[in-house]
Amino acid sequence: MNWVTKLYYRARRIWKALSIYLIIAGPGLVVMVADNDAGGITTYAATGAKYGYSLIWFLVLLGPIAYFIQEMTLRLGVVTKRGHAEAIFEGFGTFWGWFSLLDLILVDWLTLITEFIGMTAALNIFGIPPWATVAGVCGLMGFMVINGRYWTWEKISLIFCALNLIYIPAAFMVHPSVSDVIAKGMIPHFEGGFNGDMFFFLMANIGTTIAPWMLFFQQSSVVDKGLKEKDIFFGKLDTFIGAIATIVIAVFIVIVSGTVLQGVEIEDAAQAAKILMKTNLHAGEFLAIGLFNAGLLGAICISLASSWAFGEVFGWAHSLNNKIKEAPWFYLNYFITLISAGAVVLIPGAPLVLITLFVQVVAVTLLPASLVFLMILLNDKETMGEYANTRMQNIVSGTIVAVIIVLSTLYAVSTLFPGLFG
Amino acid sequence: MTFSHAFLSMLTRNRLKVRNINRRYATPRVKLSPAVRWTLLILRIYLLALVVLLGYKFFTIVSQ
Repeated sequence: MNWVTKLYYRARRIWKALSIYLIIAGPGLVVMVADNDAGGITTYAATGAKYGYSLIWFLVLLGPIAYFIQEMTLRLGVVTKRGHAEAIFEGFGTFWGWFSLLDLILVDWLTLITEFIGMTAALNIFGIPPWATVAGVCGLMGFMVINGRYWTWEKISLIFCALNLIYIPAAFMVHPSVSDVIAKGMIPHFEGGFNGDMFFFLMANIGTTIAPWMLFFQQSSVVDKGLKEKDIFFGKLDTFIGAIATIVIAVFIVIVSGTVLQGVEIEDAAQAAKILMKTNLHAGEFLAIGLFNAGLLGAICISLASSWAFGEVFGWAHSLNNKIKEAPWFYLNYFITLISAGAVVLIPGAPLVLITLFVQVVAVTLLPASLVFLMILLNDKETMGEYANTRMQNIVSGTIVAVIIVLSTLYAVSTLFPGLFG
Repeated sequence: MTFSHAFLSMLTRNRLKVRNINRRYATPRVKLSPAVRWTLLILRIYLLALVVLLGYKFFTIVSQ
């Protein structure tokens, strides 16, 4: 009888922990899965097409990198109860505050345009005209926020996160050789040697792993959700599960393109989906649906990151728990960012290629600053108390931040001046 | 009230708001130790270099 009682209490404890996790889950999972946005999907598809499965081990390494950075924004948000933009203003004064805020608005807006480019290209495959995609997306995103409940917004976002798993069945449809995936993908090596092309692809994959909006989004999100210090453990777990999900999705995209498209020059994920549809209709369609969903998730997070940041600094009501009447400026900012970015894609002859090119570079003007501020703020013992970075956390996170800054800068420079690295 | 009046009044209100923000955050709360000062200086130089590169590339593309 004793073991039955023990089993019962253990099951109850697990159920209680799971219930708490399900309440707290959201910001970490959403930000991590949304990290695989339209640009990310293109990068992974191109990586698989160029190098087959051989860089899967490298993608696996990117999981802990994303986790360590995002875990810091979680702690900072929970302890300070402030978003990243407000924390920079308060911690470093107006110069760095305005720089970060205005740069974030620009980077977010440009990135949002690239999400619309991905979404319109994906649905165009199914014969849906770009104007209908833009109108539909704006309507859907309006519906998500308009009811004035953070909870509703988050749960709908989590459904889109689950839809991103569509790449897993897509991978099974193209029948990859599991032994090949393990043998070629899980043993660290550089197929064809380490050259300029390989370096560019490695940098591109790192560049898609951490984007500036992610820091601002998760920190504001945990504040809006009202997470407290006691929730940090489950918040970390949420971020950790999100990091695993994002890498699993990336790996399956590489498996799809590495199986069917190896040797094909991929310029964007929509093109990859079209080529794939010729040999495997449903896998190609899944790739296109996944691309649309990735763009949508990216757009959902990015437009909110900007609105939250503006609201925090200007002192406007800026919670998804506010109705439109209660937070008019917050929602106005949200809709202006969204609709204007969508409208750019519809302008005939708009320099979309140029925008896509410059997004990575402009993002690199914000990313190092945000990461450095994050590290400094996490070391402010007066504010962070027992949640400040430990020495070991500083060594690990400091190394990651330094590597990201150097490689993302090199990526930006090589995007500006192609062929610089051979 | 005409549209231009409403627009001007909104601009004035926001100018005051920006002034208030500048006043509120005039003094950085983080202790500016020599290491932090150096980091921020390096960050400024880095950003300046990046902006120059970006500007150069932009004008090269536009002038083509």
